[in-house]
Amino acid sequence: MSDAVMEADTRNRGLYGLVAEFDSAEEILVAAEATSQAGYSRTDAYTPFAVEGLDDKLGMKPTRLGWIMLLAGTAGGFLGFFMQWYANVVHYPLNIGGRPFNSWPNFVVITFEVTVLVSAFTVGLVMLARNGLPRPYHPIFNTPNFENATRDKFFLCIEARDEKFDLTATRRFLEELAPTRVSMVER
Amino acid sequence: MSDSLNIADIRKRLNAQNGKAYWRSLDELADTEEFRSFLEQEFPRQAAPLEGSFQRRDFLKLLGASLALAGLTACARPVPAGEKIVPYVRQPEQIIPGRPLFFASAMNHGGYGEGVLVESHQGRPTKVEGNPDHPASLGATGVAAQASVLTLYDPERSQAVISDGSDRTWEEFSEALSSALAETDNGSGLRLLTENVTSPTLARQIERLLEQYPEAVWHQYDASRSDQLLEGTRLAFGEPLMPAFDFANTGVVVSLDADFTNDYPGRLRYARAFADRRRVHEADSDPGRFYAFESSPTPTGSISDHRIPLGPGQIGDLIAVLAARLGVEAPERELPSAVSEPLFEALLEDLQGAGDRALLVPGQYLPAQVQALVHAINDTLGAGGNTVRFLQPAGTAPTPGGQSLAQLTEAMNAGNVSVLAMLGVNPVYSAPVALGFGEALARVPFSVHLGIYADETAEIATWHVPEAHFLETWSDTRAFDGTATITQPLISTFYGGRSHHELLAALAGDAEPTSYELVRSYWSDQVEGAFEEFWRQAVYGGVIAGSASPVATPTVQAFEVELPEPSQELTVSFRPDPTIGDGRWANNGWLQELPKPFTKLTWDNAALVSPATAEELGVNNGDVVTLTADDRSVEAPIWVLPGQARGTVTVHLGYGRGRAGRIGSGIGFDANALRPADGAWTAPVSVEKTGGRYKLVSTQPHHNLNGTGEERHIIRAGTVAEFRDEPEHPHFVHPVAHHESNLYPDYVYDSYAWGMVIDMNVCTGCNACVVACQSENNVPIVGKDQVAVGREMHWLRIDNYHAGDIDDPEYFHQPMLCQHCEQAPCEPVCPVGATVHDNEGLNTMVYNRCVGTRYCSNNCPYKVRRYNFLQYAELSNTATELSLASNPDVTVRSRGVMEKCSFCVQRIAKARIDAETEDRRIADGEVVTACQAACPTRAIVFGDLNDSSAAVSRLKLSPLNYQLLAELNTKPRNTYLARVKNPHPQLVSEEAGAH
Amino acid sequence: MTVRKGSRPPFRETNRVIGRGQSYGTVDDVVDAPVLTEPRATPAWWFVGMLLALAFLGMYLGTIVYLITTGIGIFGNNIPVAWGFPIINFVWWIGIGHAGTLISAALLLFRQPWRTSINRFAEAMTIFAVVCAGLYPILHLGRPWVFYWLLPYPNTMGLWPQFRSPLDWDLFAISTYASVSILFWYVGLIPDLATLRDRARNKGLKLLYAVLCLGWNNSTKAWQRYMRAYLLLAAISFPLVLSVHSTIAMDFAFSQVPGWNNTIMPPYFVAGAVFAGFAMVLILAIPLRKAFGLEKLITMRHLDNSAKLMLATGLIVVYGYVIELFIAWYSGAEFERFMAYNRVFGADHWWAFWLLILCNFVAIQPLWLLRVRQSPIALFIISVIVSIGMWLERFVIISITLTKDFLLSSWHDYQATVFDWSLYLGSFGLFATLFFLFIRVLPSIATTEMKELVHHDAHHGSDYFEKIRAKETGLEVDG
Repeated sequence: MSDAVMEADTRNRGLYGLVAEFDSAEEILVAAEATSQAGYSRTDAYTPFAVEGLDDKLGMKPTRLGWIMLLAGTAGGFLGFFMQWYANVVHYPLNIGGRPFNSWPNFVVITFEVTVLVSAFTVGLVMLARNGLPRPYHPIFNTPNFENATRDKFFLCIEARDEKFDLTATRRFLEELAPTRVSMVER
Repeated sequence: MSDSLNIADIRKRLNAQNGKAYWRSLDELADTEEFRSFLEQEFPRQAAPLEGSFQRRDFLKLLGASLALAGLTACARPVPAGEKIVPYVRQPEQIIPGRPLFFASAMNHGGYGEGVLVESHQGRPTKVEGNPDHPASLGATGVAAQASVLTLYDPERSQAVISDGSDRTWEEFSEALSSALAETDNGSGLRLLTENVTSPTLARQIERLLEQYPEAVWHQYDASRSDQLLEGTRLAFGEPLMPAFDFANTGVVVSLDADFTNDYPGRLRYARAFADRRRVHEADSDPGRFYAFESSPTPTGSISDHRIPLGPGQIGDLIAVLAARLGVEAPERELPSAVSEPLFEALLEDLQGAGDRALLVPGQYLPAQVQALVHAINDTLGAGGNTVRFLQPAGTAPTPGGQSLAQLTEAMNAGNVSVLAMLGVNPVYSAPVALGFGEALARVPFSVHLGIYADETAEIATWHVPEAHFLETWSDTRAFDGTATITQPLISTFYGGRSHHELLAALAGDAEPTSYELVRSYWSDQVEGAFEEFWRQAVYGGVIAGSASPVATPTVQAFEVELPEPSQELTVSFRPDPTIGDGRWANNGWLQELPKPFTKLTWDNAALVSPATAEELGVNNGDVVTLTADDRSVEAPIWVLPGQARGTVTVHLGYGRGRAGRIGSGIGFDANALRPADGAWTAPVSVEKTGGRYKLVSTQPHHNLNGTGEERHIIRAGTVAEFRDEPEHPHFVHPVAHHESNLYPDYVYDSYAWGMVIDMNVCTGCNACVVACQSENNVPIVGKDQVAVGREMHWLRIDNYHAGDIDDPEYFHQPMLCQHCEQAPCEPVCPVGATVHDNEGLNTMVYNRCVGTRYCSNNCPYKVRRYNFLQYAELSNTATELSLASNPDVTVRSRGVMEKCSFCVQRIAKARIDAETEDRRIADGEVVTACQAACPTRAIVFGDLNDSSAAVSRLKLSPLNYQLLAELNTKPRNTYLARVKNPHPQLVSEEAGAH
Repeated sequence: MTVRKGSRPPFRETNRVIGRGQSYGTVDDVVDAPVLTEPRATPAWWFVGMLLALAFLGMYLGTIVYLITTGIGIFGNNIPVAWGFPIINFVWWIGIGHAGTLISAALLLFRQPWRTSINRFAEAMTIFAVVCAGLYPILHLGRPWVFYWLLPYPNTMGLWPQFRSPLDWDLFAISTYASVSILFWYVGLIPDLATLRDRARNKGLKLLYAVLCLGWNNSTKAWQRYMRAYLLLAAISFPLVLSVHSTIAMDFAFSQVPGWNNTIMPPYFVAGAVFAGFAMVLILAIPLRKAFGLEKLITMRHLDNSAKLMLATGLIVVYGYVIELFIAWYSGAEFERFMAYNRVFGADHWWAFWLLILCNFVAIQPLWLLRVRQSPIALFIISVIVSIGMWLERFVIISITLTKDFLLSSWHDYQATVFDWSLYLGSFGLFATLFFLFIRVLPSIATTEMKELVHHDAHHGSDYFEKIRAKETGLEVDG
């Protein structure tokens, strides 16, 4: 291991990353593209709203939430029907208006509702979990003027964990993207 | 309960005292602060919505008030020492908790005994059934008998000897009495007023009293029956005789304003016999023919082949014309316009054809002369001695009753009465107001009233003595045919009442008599030899063998007949109320809420007029009119009743009571105010609209089957002729082809399959089943205001329909109860499984699982489910003395739960236990539902459909058997036998059936 | 439809999806202003409204107390009319709820950008309406305190609820609907809560919103998952909302009661629900935009589109009426025919039927006219009429139908009592109270989505549909 790297390493301890601030969605889209082309992988952008295409530009993989929901829904459906079948056929069979114990047409609605319930909540909760929410503290909030990330400012962050991260080089790289400012953000 | 009253320590405090002190202290108690707070706590605000304009009917308050007393009253005190009562089926020593005992007794109706078996739970009478061995019951009962247990426990019964407003003791009374008697020299000024006396013991006591006081005079009055019946026979035969009809033997029966299955001496027996004669199950059965001419629809008339509404006056004319045509001497009369020529000819032809198998039944309210004429006609036809026989009257009568009351009133006004004893009568209310009995009574220095209630008469009489209920005392009575029954007490006097025998003994100078000894001593004189054996048998069986009256073979003698000139003016006719009689049962909630036949009115009486008459008068339901006869008048609400005779206004007695109790007082109008002083049953009347309105409440607003009603095929009816054309599959029974098809396979019932068949051919709509069900299943009453909004609770109701000409309709009765559908629509919609099927096919209701969504009721096509919108059970008949009348085998339902007919599942369970202990199947006829048991015509048959030999299974095979609303594929376990009429062939075209 | 040139109405307000001159910042400022104002600065009308709402809420609670202590006998229900006002109100409220979900879910799926500014409070409306609705089935029980017996668990005897009953289906449908709606609503709120966290000056408020937004930090990865989750929730909510009112319709379709057991019930009920729902959206939106000066975010365009949807669904409902009567006649079943006759000409309640035709058919016809759709006042009035009409529809379907079913003997009329009314009007108090709280403490417009719209608008201009529409009607497109 070279001395330079070791030195950088020691300097970078306590540093979260470098954050560039932009004024518009257009600018940050360009910047994002450049960043991923420059080979940075541990990057993220913080924008007031979901900027279309920004995730591709940052080279993010699409989420698998859809598949998770499908699984959850199927499971829910089975659960729903099983509950009714078990209650009526196995656990406590009753002669209800001369219907057979397993009069499945009567069980359709509840099966459907349970499917919906389970899948919806799975999606919602998984989304939050995968985003690490709820989360009381995040280093990015140390970024100056970051409160405007929820208003009209756009931030691009290259994290210190990135292999390619080099304080001086990365800072230079960011400044070339013509942000309104670049700031070092502590952990 | 911490700050408010604690039942337990009240009981302690009260048990310290006894007898009258006990009740007095309750009155004191009722004033304490804690008592009020206790009441507040116990009376649920629930009562509020039941209040309203009808404060008096807010009896729930009262029941609540007695709620405090309830906890204190020991249920049943044992029968007094040395008096042995004998159980009907089991020895008392065999008492098994939960196993009721049955005791034979008898209840008087219209003055004549009707045998009953009383069910007793641990010494607590709860249910009255008919005594199958008793000739006047044959196992059936009337409505009053069914409801009598409620009166027994009624907390408003008088509970103490009263004189000028304050409580006294029996001892004080007998002293006062003896001193009063001492002043009369050998009884001059001593008068005795009773109802019809059919008790041999009482008759002898009176006889002896009259010997003891030769100057004393005995009077009779009974507003609940007509003495014209005996008068009629006296006119015709020279001596008063009781007609006894033999319907089994009849070909043609003509009722002349005679409600002989429902309001007639021997009615229950006649109902059974007549129904058996009329029953049609197979195409070849011959029901004979039945014509009914009546002024107002009666249960009897409603099952006739030809029913002709005819005013009382015209009935007289008709009989005269009929007599003339049959060669009986009678005044010249025109055939009433209401009777069509063809019909009259048909009638005549039938009568002559039938000859000695014909029978004309005179209405007991017809004038004696007219009845005499009817007897003469029967005699000419040869019916006399064949279809009608005559018996020596069972009652002991001094002189004709109505007159007798008038004489008494005269004597009182003349000041000739110094001591008056009134036994179980309430003439101040029930006598015609015009007679002025009340004012006269006020003149009597010493008068004593013996009555169940401290009523109008008690108020004026100088002394009142509480009367013992017939279930509380020993006595005896004769049936219409003379058969004697010894009535035994099932419980010792609940409110400290005295029997007639005891009061008479007191008059005779015996200070501490007991009914037991009096009755025993009478009968011991009657039988020689083994008295104990006789006594045991008599008490056990409820019938004294060979005590029936001898049959007389009278000959018709010449008599004068003067019929009133036919007139066009309106006539009012008076009748005892179909539920509360002459007012004696006015304080009985069950009977008040019992829908009257045809009108389905509850809690009220009304002036019944025909649609045509209503049109002429320009009145409609609820319009208040003034009825005026001579100088007498009364205001009454109008009820338009199809089938009522044109020009005849029928009013029922028993309402407008002043001191009946919180339930019976002040409701309806007092028809006695209109009645002529001589107690006649009809009078010319004028009707005038006052412009006022009165809210009459009927449980069934829609009766008319014309139009959509016809399309619905609720009632299936045809004629014998039609039936014979298609013996296998009569079209009138199956007007629409019905193909059963199922998504699911049928459920298999392999143990029992309970089912019921109701024969609409013989159902007279007499209501006995309704009260029987109410009594058996602890069905609460809800009060007029709740009935008004459609919340009556009867599990079994009698739907009443009419079809055809609105002024002369056909009537149909359809007892409607849970149909126990095999594919019950109510069950799949219940979200908690509170109503499910059991493996014997009963549609069961699980009260404690019910959350009260009421979806089941919406989805019930028969609307037989009943719902506790409020805490009815508590408000109406539990947690009070009245709760003692409850059947311990049936759950009392709480607020917010649905309830309905259970096919008397408790009785099925009992039978099943018996069968299982003896390791056998339940036999046919072993389970008898309450409604079935009470039914006088045996229209209801219940049993196991898996038993092909069972009566019910055989009936289900009848071509007349049909399912109501079969197209809904609910597969009801209860089915109906279509009505089959047997009209005279020549009249068929004229009387096109409704279907 | 086209409008003749020259008859162009005078437009005071923009018809664009979003007013001109909106930037990311201004959206925040406009929307967040009412939420972030100091309590003292709360507008007077809010207090007045809240007070009124609380008064009605009091009446509502009072009635409930009397109801629980006395029994449902205080209502006008009887046998045969075992279901009265409570169930009518239940169906009515639940119907109103539907528009919210449809706007937020269906329109999202159909990529209708104009939904953005109204979906937030529409969803809120949904939830509050479901709360109002959901209480009725419990309150109308004979024994409300054991309503939990409908929940899917075996009791100590091993007895389960009866899953064949539509009422149990209702329980599942409504609880699912309520919880999914709340989830959807909350997920939608998260970024806006973050915005509020950053805008809030007051420490306590800041903390509150910080907690509520779960520490949302706008990262793109988060946005990616968020947007997908939101879309999926929308996708599942759409069939859900359709199923809910269909299930409720099955309470009737499942039964045997003539006039109830019609297969048309589910679709017809759903249409009715959307109809009533959009009416309520307008009833709420029109005053709201005035009060908070949101005219540039909730524009005439939104009102106009809602009005069109109202017209369309209204006509579907009317078609339902016609088919119902036709089928009754066509069935040849006396019971059905009589029921139809009784509803339309029955002596006691004919007025209800004709009044509802007036409200739900005649009253919406003006909506064909552009100038009517362009007038908030007119829309407001029509919406109120429609809401009344839809209530009457349920009254006719539920109670009138029950008064005369199979056996003539058991026919009985139905009369509502004062408590029926107080429990109905009282529920407005509950709804209004919740709604006033909502507009005071939460952003009534989804700001992040609005920003998206601003962004979108800046690049592609007004959306495609609007251009076409503008051509047709000659409405202003560029201010």
